[in-house]
Amino acid sequence: MAQAAAPPPAAPPPASPPWWNFAVREFRYWTTNYRRTWRGSIYSSVLNPVLYLSAIGVGLGTLVDKHGSAKLGGVSYIAFLAPGLLAAAAMQTGIGESTYPVFGSVKWRRTYYAAVSTPLRPPDLFRGHLLFTAMRLVMNCAVFLAVMAAFGAITSYWALAALPVAVLTGLAFAAPVEAWAITVRKDTSFALIFRFGMIPLFLFSGTFFPVSQLPGWAQPIAQVTPLWHGVALCRSLSLGTATIGGALAHVGYLAALTAAGIAVGNRTYRRRLYV
Amino acid sequence: MPDPDVLIYARGLTKRFGDFTAVDGIDFELRRGEAFGFLGPNGAGKSSTMRMIGCVSPRSGGELSILGMDPAADGPAIRARLGVVPQDDTLDVELTVRENLLIYGRYFGLPREVISERTDQLLEFVQLSDRAGDQVEPLSGGLRRRLTIARSLINEPEILLLDEPTTGLDPQARHVVWDRLFRLKQRGVTLVLTTHYMDEAEQLCDRLVVMDAGKIAASGSPRELIGQYSTAEVLELRFDPAEHEQAAEKLADMRAQRMEVLADRILLYIPNGDVALTAVRRLGLQPLTSLVRRSTLEDVFLRLTGRRLED
Repeated sequence: MAQAAAPPPAAPPPASPPWWNFAVREFRYWTTNYRRTWRGSIYSSVLNPVLYLSAIGVGLGTLVDKHGSAKLGGVSYIAFLAPGLLAAAAMQTGIGESTYPVFGSVKWRRTYYAAVSTPLRPPDLFRGHLLFTAMRLVMNCAVFLAVMAAFGAITSYWALAALPVAVLTGLAFAAPVEAWAITVRKDTSFALIFRFGMIPLFLFSGTFFPVSQLPGWAQPIAQVTPLWHGVALCRSLSLGTATIGGALAHVGYLAALTAAGIAVGNRTYRRRLYV
Repeated sequence: MPDPDVLIYARGLTKRFGDFTAVDGIDFELRRGEAFGFLGPNGAGKSSTMRMIGCVSPRSGGELSILGMDPAADGPAIRARLGVVPQDDTLDVELTVRENLLIYGRYFGLPREVISERTDQLLEFVQLSDRAGDQVEPLSGGLRRRLTIARSLINEPEILLLDEPTTGLDPQARHVVWDRLFRLKQRGVTLVLTTHYMDEAEQLCDRLVVMDAGKIAASGSPRELIGQYSTAEVLELRFDPAEHEQAAEKLADMRAQRMEVLADRILLYIPNGDVALTAVRRLGLQPLTSLVRRSTLEDVFLRLTGRRLED
């Protein structure tokens, strides 16, 4: 160097704001973005339960109910189906929000790279987006419950408690999937998780029929899937048959999955965005 | 004595990706108010250095202090005082020009009114006021780059980092960007930029380092570097390809201070180009074209590395 230079004096350690402060800034980014598309998303969150409940709940349900519903616990098919669909819809929202939007923020819009050059750190982006996903889950699941009520598919006030459970079910998928989505290099990977993850879970986790109808070997498999826990708890709340022990076990399982996803995501986000 | 005017201080700064060493133990410092450049070809380690300064890439070794803080520990506090113009645009193309600044300003925790006021000023500064309500998607590369510059200033940064600020822009758009950066420099904003355009480095940088293969090959002001590593003038000669080699052999007899034989041209480094051209003619050589010009940083780079910048 031309002139000898001395290092600058050490600055006093900066005050650091609470962790959620930065995450909220990222959350607000997503809500600003959402302002352009919220109308369309509300239509589909109303339309989705209306279509499913009328086609399968009412259409198919009429046939099912004619043949007795002892295996469903003595309730109408639509009352059995609707809370299962609620949990399944939460799963779909959770996975949907945490795949392409995350991938696009790195690959297409590259907005994550803009955000990390501000005070925000990669885990802030992760948690901010999870907060937004939680908001979308609350919206979608609340609409779903309202449609269920309109179809007369709710038999207990406990159904209101199915809202936070459905949201938690969505987050139990969103957190791990988002932790993985940030590492994905090609968006074709998402088609795999939809086809071989989401759709089988949707069909076989007790949404449309009790898992007791599955062959014996398949039942324990269905019962370790997170969706089954969400379906089982939403259903018992909607029908007013929930027990404290059962509810705690389901919630504990879903919460553990969410927490594990968050722990992994904090790392994968950092590894992907700080290279 | 600690020097409060040294904003960035690096010693032995190193970045490795697996077995590959992108930045190989470089030393430099940035002083308040100066425009400092990293000049070098693609792959020289400029962007890796910039990303370490921007606190988005952990260093593999060495010492790095930015605004008196350690990027490994105080990344958020440092980044709060930096402005970053990345090499590839990271604007949200689905949002409007104004919304992009709003979102970015919020990332810094600025109140809405402050963002709004600064947005007006900044859009005027980069001459985008009339596009404030437009979506970013249809904007040209030059307009997007100007918007990115406006965005990088929303937090009134003490240091502005620009990674290849005019790469990919057409000449006219480049000049607009240069003009805005020059104005920022006049206002006393400290600039750090990387470039592989020697004219950009000459126009904007008070001081620069020439980087090659992860190392600093030379440093100084553009004028110092040219004075140290090149001659006042350069005579560029172009011959019929059939005579190119023969001409080079003959020219070697002229004992110019230095001669570079490129694929398509021969460069003679001499104190006076016109005198040299007369001497070339006296040797009986008939160049197809000849050009006498001042030495540039391109010549410095060629001298230091044996290669051209923009290959």
